[in-house]
Amino acid sequence: MSAVAEVPVAAVADARKAGDWLLIATAILLCVWVLLPIYLLIVNALSSPGEVTAFPKRFFPSFDFGSLSFFIEFAGVARALWNSVLVASLTMVLAIGFGAPAGYALSRFDFPGKETFRFLVLMTRAFPLPLLALPLAVMFIRTGLDDTAIGLALVHTTLALPFAVLITFSLFSGIPVELEEAAWTLGCTRWQAFRKVILPLALPGIAASAVFAFTISWNEVFAAAVLTIENRTLTAFLLQSLGESPLYLKFAGGAALVVPALIFIFAVRKYLFAMWGIANR
Amino acid sequence: MPATLFLCIFFLYPFALVAFEAVTRDGAFTLDNFRTMAGSWKFPVTVRNTLLLAAIVVPIQLVMALLMASVVSRLETGRSAALYVFAIPLGISDLAAGLIWLAIFDQSGFLNTLLSSLGVVDKPIMFLGYQSKLTIFIAVALAEIWRATAIMMVILVAGMGLIPKEYYEAAEVFGASPWQRFLRITLPLLRPSLQTAIILRVILAFEVFAVVAALGGTNLPVLMGETYNWQFTLQDRNVAAASALLILAISIGFTLFFLRVLRVPKEARI
Repeated sequence: MSAVAEVPVAAVADARKAGDWLLIATAILLCVWVLLPIYLLIVNALSSPGEVTAFPKRFFPSFDFGSLSFFIEFAGVARALWNSVLVASLTMVLAIGFGAPAGYALSRFDFPGKETFRFLVLMTRAFPLPLLALPLAVMFIRTGLDDTAIGLALVHTTLALPFAVLITFSLFSGIPVELEEAAWTLGCTRWQAFRKVILPLALPGIAASAVFAFTISWNEVFAAAVLTIENRTLTAFLLQSLGESPLYLKFAGGAALVVPALIFIFAVRKYLFAMWGIANR
Repeated sequence: MPATLFLCIFFLYPFALVAFEAVTRDGAFTLDNFRTMAGSWKFPVTVRNTLLLAAIVVPIQLVMALLMASVVSRLETGRSAALYVFAIPLGISDLAAGLIWLAIFDQSGFLNTLLSSLGVVDKPIMFLGYQSKLTIFIAVALAEIWRATAIMMVILVAGMGLIPKEYYEAAEVFGASPWQRFLRITLPLLRPSLQTAIILRVILAFEVFAVVAALGGTNLPVLMGETYNWQFTLQDRNVAAASALLILAISIGFTLFFLRVLRVPKEARI
């Protein structure tokens, strides 16, 4: 009797084990898919200029800093790097400052013009950026915002804001309004309920949308190229030298764009992890 | 609301300017700009390339993002490491992504090295030359899939985190297989996140530019690239504005479509 019962149990355990292996194999495969191209770029960046243009290529870096030092000493690179960081940080603060309250309001209140606002937000996302930046360039020259970090950050915020609103909206929509109502019945004011109940639940998601805001600004090429002349960001700088620059300068520049991104994502990884942690509550 | 005011100044006003420029020339109302745009020999190819790229890239990304999100939420050990690795392309510029794949597909790149060391080819192939439109297309599609899947993945992971675990436990008690649980619980409850992820991604797919610029140059014209061309190379702001309005119209069309198809009834929200 017991022997009959044991067979299915063992089969289920086997199936589960096979499932685990499949899961781990898939995870590793996906990791390789993401990491391998980056690794190859880093190999290029850590090779001497001669090796970069040679064929066939080696799959391991020779740790020659010729390409990188050429890139760093290239006129204007250090300044472009600083501008990129400055603009991206400003964008992040502005986008969350404007976006999160709007996302909350969209998910909780019925106000006149709600549908219009939602449509406006989506439409912003649907608009190609370079032409948005061009009329603004004229406006900025009039107001003295041209060629400044804050001017470019304002344009980048226009791009990042809809992301922030949409993401926080879907986030707040996912948090039951009953939790808030419970807090009110227990004597919380609207603000207290938001701060003590909703915010801790929403914080990982807000952090995620801050990642988007920073990324959007860091990645952005066109508005940066149009709106800055002296204070170019790194992307604008690379794009404008794309045509004439040799391969090793391109790859070193690409690596310079990628490495801070790796560090940035690493810095917010615990928020990404906390986002997962919501499921475990 | 401050967000509304901000959008009015930095979006509606420039948008109105561009729309005005698209339908006028030297101050008079005209549809010539649209005629010039559609009359260009590149125009049909451009539209076809852009739509084809979106149609191929987005579904693959949706599947991959769902797979990644499922893997992340089911991993027992190393899930934060996996989440970190999957999220890396999120921080990578489209320009950098183009350069990364250039390192692979370039004539002296890694793919050629691999192929020749395996003896498949005798001498390096020009993958990105002007005669090889198909390989350029594949390279751009791969770079786009590689780069932008993470955006969808993070939104979906956040959405999956909000699905109560009890639902899965209940389903397991009733003997639902993992696949059934995914189909009957995850997908329906993930609908708000899916909606956001798909809309963002589809619209971004129509704006593909820097990846194409880095990999194909002008050999694979896409809508954004042509708009850029009209603006800077051909110095015709009005036609550029018309071209921009076309991208806008396509994007809004698809946005409304997905809003309707994946609509979330208020009472069905968790």
